[in-house]
Amino acid sequence: MTESATNRSFVQLAGVGHRYDPNPDIPPAITGINLDIRRHEFVAVVGPSGCGKSTLLRMIAGLLKPSEGSVSVFGKEVDGPRDDVGIVFQKPTLLPWLTVRKNVLFPLKHKYGRYGREDEKRADELLAMAGLETFANKMPDELSGGMQQRVGIVRALLLNPDILLMDEPFSALDAMTREQIGFDLLKIWQENPKTVLFITHSISEAVLLADRVLVMSKRPGTVLEMVSVDLPRPRTTHTISNPHFGKLTERLRKHIYEPEVA
Amino acid sequence: MSLKLPDGKAGRFLLTAAPWLFFLALIVLWELVCQVFSLPEYVLPAPSAIVDAFFNVEFSRWMTHLWATLRVALMGFVVSILVAIPIAIAMMRSELLSRTLYPLLVVIQSTPVVAVAPLIIVLMGSDDPSRVLITCLLTFFPLVVSTATGINETPAELIELSRSLDAPTRRETWQIRIPYAIPHIFSGLRVAITLAIIGAVVAEFVAAEEGLGYFIQFSTSFFRIPQAFAGLFFLAVVSLLLFKSVQWAQQIFFPWSLPRK
Repeated sequence: MTESATNRSFVQLAGVGHRYDPNPDIPPAITGINLDIRRHEFVAVVGPSGCGKSTLLRMIAGLLKPSEGSVSVFGKEVDGPRDDVGIVFQKPTLLPWLTVRKNVLFPLKHKYGRYGREDEKRADELLAMAGLETFANKMPDELSGGMQQRVGIVRALLLNPDILLMDEPFSALDAMTREQIGFDLLKIWQENPKTVLFITHSISEAVLLADRVLVMSKRPGTVLEMVSVDLPRPRTTHTISNPHFGKLTERLRKHIYEPEVA
Repeated sequence: MSLKLPDGKAGRFLLTAAPWLFFLALIVLWELVCQVFSLPEYVLPAPSAIVDAFFNVEFSRWMTHLWATLRVALMGFVVSILVAIPIAIAMMRSELLSRTLYPLLVVIQSTPVVAVAPLIIVLMGSDDPSRVLITCLLTFFPLVVSTATGINETPAELIELSRSLDAPTRRETWQIRIPYAIPHIFSGLRVAITLAIIGAVVAEFVAAEEGLGYFIQFSTSFFRIPQAFAGLFFLAVVSLLLFKSVQWAQQIFFPWSLPRK
């Protein structure tokens, strides 16, 4: 086992940068990112639009190769798409021609061309965990936006990935649904511990959900600060009224609105 | 100010009945104009004269002509689907092929098929193959374009999902891209089916002994104008039914691809 793995660092980014345009006059999307995520840790990433948050996520998924530095998972360098990663996108991106259950099973169907009885049972269990058991045979457009996104999360969990990558998963939802689905996600995460990288625009959402919050600068994206959220779990609506919650969000907000202070 | 529909049942009835009532009113108006001004038949035959002319032609004759046109149109439609959809998929997969073929497709599309039809008949004879070819030339371009558009509009996230699963391209095409293109393919099919009828009629205008297009041309040349109109309406009804059939096929086989009411 390599050193990084013994240090309990599960996902490791060392001096990672990425440029989409080879022209050196154009700044890279992100540069010089060092990040260590422990196993089953929940890390949220906040930062201004276009700071390369999604680029970061795609490099961990193996969908993008870093142009500098290296990304490794469990001490092994990431050099292509990896199947121990589940991705949840901003939009639910369900397939409109498949029922909810078949959408959840889609990763198996797509990867191996088939699935069995056991897999269907697992899909139903996951749906039940997300409170969607009665919707298994519905079509996606019969579900509300919040429910569709829940199906998207359940789909990402089907292959039981070690890492769950979430790219602004709740940003298309209304505020109330958003808070509720956040707590639901925490419940799912507590029952199936995963290493989570959660990208969001919402500072309070980041503080409410995560163990640590990574603050990125504007383009070229770098790490401005890593804030540990030492709020007790399980997090509930009471967490929001905890004075420490307010302090943390304020500290993060300063970074976003007055980056020169950093 | 806006016209307000009456509430409830009456309003809904009016909404469904409105196009029919309007159509009926037009025909009544047409009949009246012909009667009042006693227009000669060769200028504008009255609807009643057209109906008479329709029933004066034997049913079996109608069927012979209908079958001749329908056969060519449907063959052209099917061949066009079989050619256009694979071409669109291949063009989506290969940028080189797309760049090579696209200009040629545009050239074919910009050439008036009506002008090319006589040449095709001279080159290939006046049998079904040349008529089917003429029909295909009209129908396949909208199909290629709509299929290619649909395939390219697949959400990028789904392609990423596919890549993150390391799935074979074949499955990406069949399980994601093509189903995503279904609504677009059907809008192409709706355009193509009516163009197929036009193609078949154009081919009959150039050289034919049967078919509804031939029937109209032949009736006109003998100054049987009401009969020509009867043929024209028959053709329009057939074309409309085919268009509707495409819609029904979509409703039956791909109900998810239609917007939910």
